[in-house]
Amino acid sequence: MNVQNIINEIEKADPEVYERLDGRRSAMKNFARFSGKVALAAIPVAFGSMFKKAYGKGTEVTGIIEDTLNFALTLEYLEANFYIKGVGTAGLIPAGPGVGALTTIRDHENAHVTFLRTAITALGATPVTFTAAQFDFTAGNAFADVFSNYDTFLAVAQTFEDTGVRAYKGQAGNLMANNDILTAALNIHSVEARHASHIRQMRKARGASVKPWITGKDSGIGAAVQPSYNGEELTTQATVNIININGLNISAAAASEAFDEPLTKAEILAIVDPFIV
Amino acid sequence: MLTKNSSEKKRIAETGGAVQSLSRRNFLGYIGGASALLFTAAACKKDDVNSDDGVNLGSGDPGILNYAYALEQIEAAFYTKIFESPFSGITAAETSLLGDIRDHEIAHREFFKNALGSSAIPALVLDFSSIDFASRTSVLAAAKTFEDLGVSAYNGAGKLIADPAYLTLAGKIVSVEARHAAYIRDLISNGTFADSTVIDANGLDMSRTPTEVLTMASAFVKTKLNASNLPTS
Repeated sequence: MNVQNIINEIEKADPEVYERLDGRRSAMKNFARFSGKVALAAIPVAFGSMFKKAYGKGTEVTGIIEDTLNFALTLEYLEANFYIKGVGTAGLIPAGPGVGALTTIRDHENAHVTFLRTAITALGATPVTFTAAQFDFTAGNAFADVFSNYDTFLAVAQTFEDTGVRAYKGQAGNLMANNDILTAALNIHSVEARHASHIRQMRKARGASVKPWITGKDSGIGAAVQPSYNGEELTTQATVNIININGLNISAAAASEAFDEPLTKAEILAIVDPFIV
Repeated sequence: MLTKNSSEKKRIAETGGAVQSLSRRNFLGYIGGASALLFTAAACKKDDVNSDDGVNLGSGDPGILNYAYALEQIEAAFYTKIFESPFSGITAAETSLLGDIRDHEIAHREFFKNALGSSAIPALVLDFSSIDFASRTSVLAAAKTFEDLGVSAYNGAGKLIADPAYLTLAGKIVSVEARHAAYIRDLISNGTFADSTVIDANGLDMSRTPTEVLTMASAFVKTKLNASNLPTS
């Protein structure tokens, strides 16, 4: 990114850009402090923040982005705390490859929390904060043995990952006004899908009837998590019927698996509500 | 199409800036004479759709959909070919799940074909000669390349899409590609579903520009693809 070129371009549209930037020394200082601290991927976000501060508090569109990122951050806190507790609970995860896999996933969720906090702060908003005590991973005893029964733990993990994928997918449209934020959210979205795939393979290896992808609206878990899977059975996309499309042999199962479906923010919040005290 | 070689570029430049805003037809009429004849000869080596500049993916959202259609053509053809003569030692579980992936990719390909209608690019001529389909190692390595590439392609294309409905559609597909990628990676080496070769220190997956993706994909595609009209932001 050539910062000077960008400023030159802006100067064509706004001859007072230098004055604006110079007039907001704190914004420049913020940017300098930022670029020293944050990882490279967050710099475009921080740069956007500098201009936002220079041009004053933003529009409603920016508000939607901030709200959406705080929604995502809430879900990442939920996941991060879940894996922190699970990986940290002696005797829960049997010795073997599961330990490494769940540690990897925990580290990703922690990184997502840090990244989203940085991004929200860079946009000039305040990130939400959750502590471990604010989560009840038994969901009011629906999963009473979540930290003593490995299969229950993996079932909840699968639900969180599949739900997370649907949550990010449902919010992409709200981030279109900021290319860097949208791309970052998409880059998190596919990581959650990789996690979901692996957790499903772990459950399959322990006898659960699941595949790395979602068939119909089957959870392979039970009624308690059904809201996280309802709607996944869709076999028509943008009015195109996928079953046996163009005379090719595509089953209803494959047609539903081939496309993951989004959920709205309200649907997601209803799903995670029992887990948040 | 206007820049066949440097001497023509120079000639175009010499005729003045106004030329740039003219359509090609007007341009040919405008410069006239011998240079037009030269230009015509160069431009018409092949037919108009499939010129030296390759199959044009188009512009705007249809261009991005054609870009996705091209990638899904590669993936669908690859998995279809696996089942023409499965690699030795393929397990029942692999047959089942790789068959699922084949069907998903065919569903994606045909969806884009139908959604694009008359705007769809033609079927690509593909080249899988670098893959040893008798070898599990070779097939899975190629599958990993295609799936990780697909994920990064959709991730990078998201910001290029104008219509939120298409963005959601791309999102519906990319997470399935990511599920595939994780499965294939775990088949190669369990636990590598999201390792540091694809996920960075911020926990973010990769995204690639169409140019980066098409350069990598070109090893498997004989048809030349022209992405020059795709949106860039």
